[in-house]
Amino acid sequence: MELDDLYRDVILDHNRRPRNFGVLEPADASVEGFNPMCGDRLTVRLRMAGQTIADIRFEGQGCAISTASASLMTEAVKGKSRAEALALFDRVHSLLTDDDAPSDELGKLAALSGVREFPARVKCASLCWHTLASALQPPHPRQLAAVSTE
Amino acid sequence: MKNIALANEPRFDVMSARDDFPVLARVIHGKPLAYLDNGASAQRPRAVIDAVNDYERHHHANIHRGVHTLSQEATGLYESARDRLVRFIGARSRHEIIFVRGATEAINLVAQSYARPLLQSGDEILITYLEHHANIVPWQLVCEQTGAKLVVAPMDQRGEIHMAAVESLMSDRTRLFACAHVSNALGTVLPVKRLIAAAKARGIATLVDGAQAVPHMPIDVQDLGCDFYTFSGHKLFGPTGIGVLYGREALLERMPPWQGGGDMILAVTFGKTTYNSLPYKFEAGTPNISGAIGLGAAIEFLGRMDLEGAHAHEHALLAYATDVLSEIESLRIIGTAPDKASLVSFVVDGVHPHDLGTILDEDGIAVRTGHHCAMPVMDYFKLAATARASFAFYNTFEEIDRLGAGILRARSIFA
Repeated sequence: MELDDLYRDVILDHNRRPRNFGVLEPADASVEGFNPMCGDRLTVRLRMAGQTIADIRFEGQGCAISTASASLMTEAVKGKSRAEALALFDRVHSLLTDDDAPSDELGKLAALSGVREFPARVKCASLCWHTLASALQPPHPRQLAAVSTE
Repeated sequence: MKNIALANEPRFDVMSARDDFPVLARVIHGKPLAYLDNGASAQRPRAVIDAVNDYERHHHANIHRGVHTLSQEATGLYESARDRLVRFIGARSRHEIIFVRGATEAINLVAQSYARPLLQSGDEILITYLEHHANIVPWQLVCEQTGAKLVVAPMDQRGEIHMAAVESLMSDRTRLFACAHVSNALGTVLPVKRLIAAAKARGIATLVDGAQAVPHMPIDVQDLGCDFYTFSGHKLFGPTGIGVLYGREALLERMPPWQGGGDMILAVTFGKTTYNSLPYKFEAGTPNISGAIGLGAAIEFLGRMDLEGAHAHEHALLAYATDVLSEIESLRIIGTAPDKASLVSFVVDGVHPHDLGTILDEDGIAVRTGHHCAMPVMDYFKLAATARASFAFYNTFEEIDRLGAGILRARSIFA
């Protein structure tokens, strides 16, 4: 296990300067995710254009892994269809938990592969994705405050 | 180690104490383990491991009703552990020591068996702001069941609870006052003896959650004057799944059983059941026999130690850790009451506690990160989490130096 592999430059950069951070108004969906283990909370807000994620922003308080993961996620799914975003969630989930998961075609999200060596931190990285998956559930508009990693 | 005046500190032989704890020899990620998570659970000395092992290998049987040799041996070991606990906390008799799963179960027992039958709508239970969830939620449950109200005494910015603030909330509707002896999230030592006296003067029953206090200071429940005192075995170098409810006999006598089953009865017919006497009335079902024996062994182990020296050493560790951490730029200690016991909670600007925990673990240093099951305390300080280093007598000044260095390393990663 190497710390450098967990805290790669991409992760540190997105933690320091999270992209798409802040409130999105108006939003078609606003969902708060909560990790009761560490107390991390983040809210994902998105605006849909039909089946496409037209815009997405997040805010909240979390560790470097959860902040960077959310920041990377917003960049990756903006402009994607609902189905494409959920498929990406599956691939990221595999990346976080499966040693043999391929990281090609994941772009910057591949930087999260170091997390799988730190099982206690997998939920930090997946919190935003669980929250997004909930936000994508129709019908919209949708507001929720109860998505938990447990 | 930093240059501090240790010349007048009592000489406590840390290295010899460490030898009694096999796990302290572990190497984690290539570094010697620095176990600074004793507030969550302390490690076990060989004496405890051996006592449990010996019981499992040679003496196990169910207790209390067997006429055969093993059952009598198991009963003897289990009950002698109770006798040790009587002496350890200064109870009047073995009737006052109830074995439970831990402090959490003890508080739930008091909430359901003492408070619930007594409470009427509009009555009040008084707690303090810095309680562990285990000393909040059981009272919320019983308030929901009875229409009673939970009243919370305030805390100040240092994490202190003031006598006057608590006393002003003791009303003629207050039926029970429950508080921590030592805060698990902040380390604050509460003035429990004076708080209990104030409650007693108003005829209010008292419960003290001693989970974080028992490992760090001598406890005399008669001197404290509380009605109930609770703690867990595993924070006291004993096994998990065993703990103690001390209760004043006169109150325990009046309380109905909490759970029904075997061992808590004298006679059962379908028409009527006659309950067993104390302490068995509150010990339904086969208990954690090996856990109680392990806890008894822990008490015996502590009895052989220079406990005064151990407690003084812990205090020196706390003072040293406070110094070392205070010197780290952008580190803020959460909980700065003048009277603290054996733990430091802190946050570092720019480094989330969770990341800090991972980075320290890579250095072999175990600390707790999170809300410490005291979310109201975190809310008060507007934090989601802190990192917490909590000490036992087997910790060293060098481990605290390593903690300081680890924090600096974490800061440089996120700089």
